[in-house]
Amino acid sequence: MSRALHAEWTKQRTIAGPGWLLLGAITLTVALSATVATAVSYASTGSGQDLTKLSLTGIYIGQAIVAILAVQTMTGEYSTGMIHVTLTAMPRRHTMLAAKAAVLSALVLVAGTVAVLLSILLGRLILSGNGFTAAHGYQLLSLGHGPTLRAAVGSVLYLGLIALLSLGIAAAVRDSAIAIGIVLGLLYLFPIFAALATDPALRRHLQQIGPMTAGLAIQDTTNLHHLPIAPWAGLGVVAGWAAASLIAGGLLLRLRDA
Amino acid sequence: MSTTAASYRSSLPVGRDGFAQLLHAEWTKFRTVRGWVITAVAAALLTVLFAYLGTFHHENGGICVGANSASGTCQSYAHPSPPLGPGGEAVTDTYYFVHRTLAGDGSITVRVASLSGLIQAGNGNAVSVGDLGGAPGPLQPWAKAGLILAAGTKPGAAYASVMLTGADGVRMQYDYVHDTAGPAASARSPRWLRLTRSGATLTGYESADGRKWIRVGSAHLASLPQIVQAGLFVTSPQTAPDQQALVPGGSSKATGATATFGQPGLQGGWSPGGWTAGEVGDTGLYSTLSSVGSTRSGSGFTITGSGDIAPAVGVGDDDTPDLTGVFVGLIALIVLGAMFITGEYRRGLIQTTLAASPRRGRVLVAKAVVIAAVAFVAGGAAAAVSILLGDHLLRANGNYVYPVGTLTQLRVILGTGALVALAAVLALALGTALRRGAGAVTAAIVLIVLPYMLALYSALPAGLSRWLMRITPDAAFAVEQTLPQYHQVSYLYTPSEGFYPLAPGLGLAVLGAYTLGTMLVAHRVLRARDAAA
Repeated sequence: MSRALHAEWTKQRTIAGPGWLLLGAITLTVALSATVATAVSYASTGSGQDLTKLSLTGIYIGQAIVAILAVQTMTGEYSTGMIHVTLTAMPRRHTMLAAKAAVLSALVLVAGTVAVLLSILLGRLILSGNGFTAAHGYQLLSLGHGPTLRAAVGSVLYLGLIALLSLGIAAAVRDSAIAIGIVLGLLYLFPIFAALATDPALRRHLQQIGPMTAGLAIQDTTNLHHLPIAPWAGLGVVAGWAAASLIAGGLLLRLRDA
Repeated sequence: MSTTAASYRSSLPVGRDGFAQLLHAEWTKFRTVRGWVITAVAAALLTVLFAYLGTFHHENGGICVGANSASGTCQSYAHPSPPLGPGGEAVTDTYYFVHRTLAGDGSITVRVASLSGLIQAGNGNAVSVGDLGGAPGPLQPWAKAGLILAAGTKPGAAYASVMLTGADGVRMQYDYVHDTAGPAASARSPRWLRLTRSGATLTGYESADGRKWIRVGSAHLASLPQIVQAGLFVTSPQTAPDQQALVPGGSSKATGATATFGQPGLQGGWSPGGWTAGEVGDTGLYSTLSSVGSTRSGSGFTITGSGDIAPAVGVGDDDTPDLTGVFVGLIALIVLGAMFITGEYRRGLIQTTLAASPRRGRVLVAKAVVIAAVAFVAGGAAAAVSILLGDHLLRANGNYVYPVGTLTQLRVILGTGALVALAAVLALALGTALRRGAGAVTAAIVLIVLPYMLALYSALPAGLSRWLMRITPDAAFAVEQTLPQYHQVSYLYTPSEGFYPLAPGLGLAVLGAYTLGTMLVAHRVLRARDAAA
């Protein structure tokens, strides 16, 4: 296994794509978070805003770049034919998939930590300048605050789980364009359907099963009793999605000719 | 002895390399990849399937009838239909009316001495009878008090009115959708109003002192009968739903307004005798306060009214067929658009394509035409079936469906086709520029689906969401708006309620600009770069 890990790490390290994608994920996450923080002010929105969630809005776009990285980790080998070499050297396909998953999640967790810390830091600086101050009943964003720490750690874990979900789907469909279409469809369509559903029970169910709607409940720090699903339970739903996709991908990888 | 060897010439006729041949070649490429054709058909079918699922669940909707004052629960749910105005549009026509009969021409003049507000008590959800009595509250911006001349007291009747509003000054309004602004006037300062009828022409005037009159506006109501009901009216609309994006049609509260009028001055063919007072059109469809009525105060009247005389917006919760399914088809067609070019790079087919047709710009345009045509047909057909099916299902389940003109439906169908066609071409252009399927698909989805999701679902404030729907390619979803937005009705005009900030054509043009810009970049990249690299 350690050789498999080393091989996968070498693949990620020696091509230009992954580095740029991780940098892109960090940049876009922080840029969207900072844009949203700049655009809201106490004067226009008043009280009741969830500052932690607002300053982590960038995760919505960052996860798309993480998904590209995860998908290409798998499909890149198919499009170049590298997969034949990989599987010749490492005939146990599950080991190969596990090694890819381990290296990928390590990379994404590191990049995610950087992106989340920068987003929170910028949110703290920008939002307090926009009137969200103690005088208006808002605390300064701080990781010392329990729910904010949970939101930050949870957002990093969420990115890691999205990477695993994408990896499993890519292993199953083997085409990067189709795989990314499925991943982003799963992520972005549930919230749209939920917001447009008129039936309250249906809306709640959609929010409970959608990987993004359930998973990002981890970012909420106010009005928790209004959430369709509890924060950690929501992250559990994403973990379920990731596990299911990895199992499906692993099975297909084993059964099919490469 | 010398022989000249003739060089070999093929006996086959020389093939032409016109644009038509190029189109034919690209169409053949598309047609013969089975997965692509299946994807295009699946995109259309999925759109319809999700439209079906979306409307199928509407059966439990409807409004609360017979609220139980003790438990706050409803005895039943009903799907009443709002009255239709003279133009065939759904309207709200609920107000308190103190009137008498006017035959032929005439005029009425009155002084509005004061206007104040009432609002439903409680939180707006579990409604009890006590809450609907109302408590003193803020005056609604579109609370109305003034003069009205109506074809009758049946809801939806033709009318013209001149009024003092809570915060929008003096207005002349007629036949529900028409609104003319008069001079700014505060509801706190007294105002004189006059409404005259001369044949089919009705004219509204206003004055600060009862001597110097200003014409506010006039209306030509050809269908108005000879004998009409005219007099004083007061009404006050329900509050706009919560600004909370996740509660579509969330709790709005009934409000009321109380106005004191001076003695009405009458000229022309008014019936002798007294005034008749009563509430018009309280169908239970629109939330109103129960504490309406009128009392004489000296020679004038004090009237309390609740409701609105305006186009109906957001009545009930099941009103238009669902086109959410378009997003599913859209993502499938984006993947298809990107693969139409990235597939060639992956398999090396691009080298054959460019050898056969060295003018690379024309290859790109031919591909764009083919994929746009496929997407347009798939998207348009799916939208047409979704609308017909949704309309049928909603009606079959007893829901009220807003009347929408055939031309508007045609615009939605063609507009949806154009939207997905432009999105597919955008994906093709991104695929050409990036040469990576994953990157192109992600970029297209992030541009077209992510802003919509952020506007609808995230914690973004409403103002920011509206800007997203103006400046991102999502502006094009304006083609799906079927009901007009009325400035004289306060409502949550958000995408989740089916309202978009731009006009349909302008919204489509925004997406068109993104697509054109990306095509120009793709064209440069395709011409400049080595195809094998």
